[in-house]
Amino acid sequence: MDFLRPARWEEALAAKAEHLTAVPIAGGTDVMVEINFDHRRPEYLLDLNRIGELGEWEVGEDTVRLGASVPYTRIMEHLRAELPGLALASHTVASPQIRNRGGVGGNLGTASPAGDAHPALLAAGAEVEVESVRGSRRIPIDEFYTGVKRNALAPDELIRAIHIKKADGPQQYSKVGTRNAMVIAVCAFGLALHPETRTIRTGIGSAAPTPIRAQAAEEFLNAALDEGGFWDNGKIITPSVAKQFADLCAAACNPIDDVRGTASYRRHAVGVMARRTLTWTWESYRGTEPTAFRKGSAA
Amino acid sequence: MGTTGTPTNLTQGSRTSGGIGESTLRPDGTLKVTGDFAYSSDMWHEDMLWGHILRSPVAHAEIVSIDTSEALAQPGVYAVMTYDDLPTDVRNYGLEIQDTPVLANGRVRHHGEPVAIVAADHPETARRAAAKIRVEYRELPVVTDEASATAPDAPVLHPGRADHHAPHVPHPNIVHRQPILRGDVAEARRRADVIVEGEYVFGMQDQAFLGPESGLAVPAEDGGVDLYIATQWLHADLRQIAPVLGLPEDKVRMTLAGVGGAFGGREDLSMQIHACLLALRTGKPVKIVYNRFESFFGHVHRHPARLYYEHGATRDGKLTHLKARIVLDGGAYASSSPAVVGNAASLGAGPYVVDNVDIEAVALYTNNPPCGAMRGFGAVQACFAYEAQMDKLAAKLGMDPVEFRQLNAMEQGSLMPTGQVVDSPAPVAELLRRVKAMPMPPERQWVTTEGADVRQLPGGLSNTTHGEGVVRGVGYAVGIKNVGFSEGFDDYSTARVRMEVVGGEPVATVHTAMAEVGQGGVTVHAQIARTELGVTQVTIQPADTQVGSAGSTSASRQTYVTGGAVKNACELVREKVLEIGRRKFGSSHPAWATAELLLEGGKVVTDGGEALADLADVLEGEAVEVEEVWRHRPTEPFDLRTGQGFGHVQYSFAAHRAVVEVDTELGLVKVIELACAQDVGKALNPLSVVGQIQGGTTQGLGMAVMEEIVVDPKTAKVRNPSFTDYLIPTILDTPTIPVDVLELADEHAPYGLRGVGEAPTLSSTPAVLAAIRAATGLALDRTPVRPEHLTGTA
Amino acid sequence: MRVTFRVNGRRQEADDVWEGESLLYVLRERLGLPGSKNACEQGECGSCTVRLDGVPVCACLVAAGQVEGRDVVTVEGLADYAKERAAGGGCATHPGSCGTAGTSLDAARRWEARPTDSATGEGAQLAPIQQAFIDAGAVQCGFCTPGLLVAADEMLERNPNPSDADIREALSGNLCRCTGYEKILDAVRLAAARQSEGA
Repeated sequence: MDFLRPARWEEALAAKAEHLTAVPIAGGTDVMVEINFDHRRPEYLLDLNRIGELGEWEVGEDTVRLGASVPYTRIMEHLRAELPGLALASHTVASPQIRNRGGVGGNLGTASPAGDAHPALLAAGAEVEVESVRGSRRIPIDEFYTGVKRNALAPDELIRAIHIKKADGPQQYSKVGTRNAMVIAVCAFGLALHPETRTIRTGIGSAAPTPIRAQAAEEFLNAALDEGGFWDNGKIITPSVAKQFADLCAAACNPIDDVRGTASYRRHAVGVMARRTLTWTWESYRGTEPTAFRKGSAA
Repeated sequence: MGTTGTPTNLTQGSRTSGGIGESTLRPDGTLKVTGDFAYSSDMWHEDMLWGHILRSPVAHAEIVSIDTSEALAQPGVYAVMTYDDLPTDVRNYGLEIQDTPVLANGRVRHHGEPVAIVAADHPETARRAAAKIRVEYRELPVVTDEASATAPDAPVLHPGRADHHAPHVPHPNIVHRQPILRGDVAEARRRADVIVEGEYVFGMQDQAFLGPESGLAVPAEDGGVDLYIATQWLHADLRQIAPVLGLPEDKVRMTLAGVGGAFGGREDLSMQIHACLLALRTGKPVKIVYNRFESFFGHVHRHPARLYYEHGATRDGKLTHLKARIVLDGGAYASSSPAVVGNAASLGAGPYVVDNVDIEAVALYTNNPPCGAMRGFGAVQACFAYEAQMDKLAAKLGMDPVEFRQLNAMEQGSLMPTGQVVDSPAPVAELLRRVKAMPMPPERQWVTTEGADVRQLPGGLSNTTHGEGVVRGVGYAVGIKNVGFSEGFDDYSTARVRMEVVGGEPVATVHTAMAEVGQGGVTVHAQIARTELGVTQVTIQPADTQVGSAGSTSASRQTYVTGGAVKNACELVREKVLEIGRRKFGSSHPAWATAELLLEGGKVVTDGGEALADLADVLEGEAVEVEEVWRHRPTEPFDLRTGQGFGHVQYSFAAHRAVVEVDTELGLVKVIELACAQDVGKALNPLSVVGQIQGGTTQGLGMAVMEEIVVDPKTAKVRNPSFTDYLIPTILDTPTIPVDVLELADEHAPYGLRGVGEAPTLSSTPAVLAAIRAATGLALDRTPVRPEHLTGTA
Repeated sequence: MRVTFRVNGRRQEADDVWEGESLLYVLRERLGLPGSKNACEQGECGSCTVRLDGVPVCACLVAAGQVEGRDVVTVEGLADYAKERAAGGGCATHPGSCGTAGTSLDAARRWEARPTDSATGEGAQLAPIQQAFIDAGAVQCGFCTPGLLVAADEMLERNPNPSDADIREALSGNLCRCTGYEKILDAVRLAAARQSEGA
């Protein structure tokens, strides 16, 4: 094994181009587990910790450009207003120690369907900025996940940043685990209201081979909200609409039975989370629901 | 040459000068908070090698061939050993039945069974070499439950059994069978106004001690070996290790290294023999440290069980009879299965008076992971079932579940189903009363002015509910656990106590082989010495095999038995000190001859409080030392046909009230409070006692809602050997645990004390389950209960 | 490879490090600092919690090569670290580090751990959180203790008056199997109370 320690981004790209099998390591919270447990012996480890810009973010007019290695703790503490869904998701990641090291780039690189950030990114709308010595490109988040633990990166590419749409409305995130902290998702659900475009977007984790959006559910709800004039009249969403939305979200799942939960439970839980997060976000949109009390980070 | 991190004496001076009954602080506390306490995985020796174990990837197979040549050829590899390299004809070990191969002998019987061992200069070198050992397996069909294990054509896992249970078991894949028969169940059944039945499933729990199996073996110039190890019972290890190495026991010198928790999981050997074999083979010190993955294969687990229960009661709420069948899965090797069977059977009726009993308990041999000791030891599984039955009976009779239990609660003088009279306090009804009388935690604690604090809700930080679907439930349970080794086992401990003057001050030194695994035995030993010998300064020597056996740190027995041995040795030392005093100063005061003399505050005093001499003067130039074995009163085996007999030396009781909040839509549970009342006889160290109760309670909570080793029934392979998928409670899963300690002395025990550690683990699980049933209205006949069980999506 | 970094204020160098080694392994097996514990090596238990440039992290998940040139505080250096912090004004050792995640690099560089060779730890100077763990009975087997101490100390640095829910959240990455956490909560409350009395 070789340990590559580029000091600058361009050096990292050059190293990756030279050693296509090099495994990038930033927070180490995925890679080191695999090494410690002898599940993986990469030829090269490509350390990204020295590249300071990966830990930085910029808040633009419409988007936040989030460096790939910005720790979840920072997202929770500093980007709650701009990225409320991702901030909530960040708070559900493992433990304070892990949140101090791990970042969204790692979640995307691993592309596990259980990664906590994915549903929030899908719901908010995002593009992944990837780069190689050949050049830079942006991959829409909907095209990023290509299979179980597979993504759209070319072998010579590295994730540099994520461009996430700033919230223009309430966002929520829920995750089911069988413990009250430090738990991998049995399944997770993200929901974002986009009043500017009068649309809603969803994201589902751990309930299909990849993170997915519940597109039929989105289309149904977009149409229902539009037809009922809900965006303007701010009426309470009809229970039957909420139920159908929840059912369509559940139907979007393609889960498996595994040691963390049954497929049947996952489908059920996604439906419940869809209904609840819809209620929370919509009530917030209507201005009646106090924002869920999320005490300051202890990370 | 030196071994870094070897255990040192723990001396406590004037800062904590308390005797028994005081909450003195741990003598090892400072070392543990500074990081200087040397655990077994912290040992280091110059020139040491790392051992690694190659384990079976399948549960049941014939080993067709093993080729180690490529592994041996790796640079940095010093030794590779398989069954054929074992030095003597003793190639099996086991606590009671020597059925466990040191390394697989042509056949593996469970997933993760050790097949070969490697020593190399770096752990990674050892791992890579192990990966180059070529093992050809021919897979065999697996047996995984009672039906498959006892089928007529079932593969017999241990052909030609010669152990002492073999003659009385109905099938060779049954390790041991113990019936308990009393009264006339058929007649009583006819008298019953109500009958309830249940079939209960108890999952496989892991001890999940935090310090993984580890140790360091150092070859000695005399051909022996020094082993620094985390274990629960040094001498039982020694008895199993030495014959395999072909060494006399005095050439295997064992020292207890720091133990990172145990809970039963260190009662069996893990890497001890492997490290010694590699050290003797290479002539170099060898360290082995399991990682968490390997730890799940490196020790026995709690027996999963199926329990079939039928209870009857009269209309006015008196139990008429109990018919029960308890099937424990012992896995591939016996470990302590026979004793677990004895416990499950003899304690299977719970802390209730029931005159007509027909209980049968068996343990199976299967291809599942081997199971053995874990906190609660057979009594835990039974408690889950009989407490569910009590709630069902109360519901059917329209009675309050606590009142129904109190109506049938045993008390001092009651008869166990084994015919044994309970001859010390058994305040079962009182414990229930106390736990019920505790104030209830406030409702809806998640509500704040700013919205819902999700940390106070089911799902916690995962933000799954802001109060929707949340229903509160309350449940009660009580249990009975035996203390100490039972069924005629010669249960003893040894203590060496020395008293001398050091620096002008009298000092006591206590040396036992007791394994301090975190429970605080070292604290209590110092307290006993202070109480009995009147000294402030007590030194606790490291536990090793240079002193006689202390028995195991298990069965809630160490304070009773080794505490008893220390007390006894102190009393003998005191007599000798007084003899010296009489010789030196007897003529100076008549009270030396006439009064009852005590040692207090560094002086010899009369029972009237008059000081006769300073201990420093009495012991000037003389040291007193006593090593003595101490036994509790004997027990007797259970009759193999009827289960009758004086099988247990003492019983321990705890009751719990659980308050839970369940997100009934998502099936997520938050335990809000787990109140416990327990009789401890006498709290030698109240702070430690409460710590034991809270810790035991929390392990029971884990068993109720999250902890289970999942074994694939088709392959018998473990599916979740990691802390990612075997979950234990975090601090956000653990509620407040108010504890009410009752002290009703047992006149048979030292200071009247009662073993503490296990009882709270029994009743915690069924109390939580009862509370979840109350919140959801579901029957819930298995534990742990998972979200899918609460949402109809299993 | 060679890795050079500062541990508890002292420059340390480890040679012949295998590239797959973790910071935890280097601390424990190469630098003679086994206080950080190896309970799970998968970031699930917090027993190996150390501060990396002031931030609490699981040492098992930091690749050895990633600490080159950086500052690490382990449980062995906690007492001196706390002492230095107290001398610096009771909050953090460096302006700007209080209320955010930990202590700055410069601040961390200003102090050094004293050697301790006491066999039993008698007379050792302890950080307030260490003393509170002993006094409250929060230590049983002690294997989780080092990580909990580092995590709890850092929380009290940021949040001197935590609610119980705050304590639980901050320590939710540290598993304990012995205590049921009640005495650990007591210890953190005790340390917080003593800290505010002393302030």
